[in-house]
Amino acid sequence: MAERRTRDVKPFLGKWALVAVPYLWSLLFFLAPFLIIFKISLSETAIAMPPYTPVIAGVSDLWTKLSDFTFDNYVFLTEDPLYYSAYLSSLRIALVSTVLLLIVGYPIAYGMARAPKSLRNALVMAVILPFWTSFLIRVYAWIGILKPEGLLTIALQGLGILGPNEQVHIYNTEIAVFIGIVYSYLPFMVLPLYAALEKLDATLLEAAADLGCPPTKSFWVITFPLSLPGVIAGCFLCFIPIVGEFVIPDLLGGSETLMIGKTLWAEFFNNRDWPVSSAVAVVLLIILVVPIVIFQNQQKKA
Amino acid sequence: MNKTTSWFNVTSLVLGFAFLYVPILILMVYSFNASKLVTVWGGLSARWYVELVHDQAIIDAAWVTIRVGFLSASFATVLGTMAALVLDRYRKFHGRALFSGMVYAPLVMPEVITGLSLLLLFVAIGFDRGFWTVVIAHTTLTMCFVAVVVQSRLVTLDRSLEEAALDLGCPPVKTFFLITLPLILPGVVAGWMLAFTLSLDDLVIASFTTGPGATTLPIKIYSMVRLGVTPEINAISTILISVIAVGVIVASVLSHRSQVEKEKAERAVFLAG
Repeated sequence: MAERRTRDVKPFLGKWALVAVPYLWSLLFFLAPFLIIFKISLSETAIAMPPYTPVIAGVSDLWTKLSDFTFDNYVFLTEDPLYYSAYLSSLRIALVSTVLLLIVGYPIAYGMARAPKSLRNALVMAVILPFWTSFLIRVYAWIGILKPEGLLTIALQGLGILGPNEQVHIYNTEIAVFIGIVYSYLPFMVLPLYAALEKLDATLLEAAADLGCPPTKSFWVITFPLSLPGVIAGCFLCFIPIVGEFVIPDLLGGSETLMIGKTLWAEFFNNRDWPVSSAVAVVLLIILVVPIVIFQNQQKKA
Repeated sequence: MNKTTSWFNVTSLVLGFAFLYVPILILMVYSFNASKLVTVWGGLSARWYVELVHDQAIIDAAWVTIRVGFLSASFATVLGTMAALVLDRYRKFHGRALFSGMVYAPLVMPEVITGLSLLLLFVAIGFDRGFWTVVIAHTTLTMCFVAVVVQSRLVTLDRSLEEAALDLGCPPVKTFFLITLPLILPGVVAGWMLAFTLSLDDLVIASFTTGPGATTLPIKIYSMVRLGVTPEINAISTILISVIAVGVIVASVLSHRSQVEKEKAERAVFLAG
């Protein structure tokens, strides 16, 4: 592939237009907002609309304004243990859910890759289909199941596992959040794993079997190491967005679950404190920079 | 493959797909429940669908959502296809690293960050929040998904056709529309559909960037869910899921059929030659 790509299309006038349009769009609506968020996190809260003091009105008074920059919002984040524990708890929940996703997703991807060729496209379709339907609706579906008087309680009572007056207490706990995350992010884990496992050369396993290697050993010695690119891609694709997840902890986790996406949302929509929510976002971004950069390098290699 | 592993494979597939589909199926079944209580079955009924049709707030929200989705998916498809062409064709230019970073980062960026940062931009430049700010936000979010889908199509493209056209003096822009675009069309269509459904689905970014008069369906559903589980939400959900499922399946059957026909035609040409 490398040699094919060394030859660029003959340069033409349109080349610069082709590069410039998406480039400028991304600069204006993706990069510039991050600079603004950074600036606003350094401004003071004001009871006005917009609820922050303007940081830079013009280039001329840039230097006078620089002296007004304040790190108060960041100091505030360190003073209140709420933020500190919300970041830690987000990272912990994201880490545990990524491991759970890997454990749940790997057998599914493996089964898909070993299924008859004629079935594989249909199976891929079946994994993607729930991903196309609304995230919000899929999370909502679990509320009806996990509520104390919900369908899981009814089913377990019917099976005689729970007594008639006992109820399942999963809704509004971290367990519900884990179920919701694994359910919603499963396609993101299964698809990269499947892509890696499908490419796997079956003759390697046959050779191992012929030479007397037991299946479990050949899995750990051959299959798993060769599927590592898929494992890495799947884990990053899940871990990074889960850290900032809002909908799932908000709808399934109740007040017990602390996650930074929820904190940011509450800071912004309930307290209307824009500078503090910007500071929360900047710190979250700094935490995620390392995994995002690794993910991008991975993408470029692929 | 020996018997024990294939038994394991079948079990993991059955359990996996049951996990993915049973909650959605339960949700759809209970949308036909006559009872107001979601968990008590009161017989088959379509009353919640009838109530939906008379709920003007939901119809308005649905209409806003469809318009936002259509516009943003179309803009995102144009921009994303351009971005994919740039990434595939121009290996070296100043700022390429930054460009590819900006294309891939939104894929994993937590939505709360993207939403908040866009809102602050709109406030900073004095752009009134409403319908168009949501369209711009969704275009920015979904163009990277389009770029990834189209790029995967471009990688497998046979460049000799384009080069032949260019060598014969066809202008580059015309070559793109006559040769490249028809060849990557399945990727472009898939990208548009992905962008459309992502826009239809988005709650977080829309909540940050919306303004008066531009309540989208997810925002409306979210506020209803906060008040409790009702069969009416199940009914909207069922409609949304059905529309999307039918769309996706039809699109995949069509693209599969065009693929089969193309291969047939190529074989015929090969035999005739």
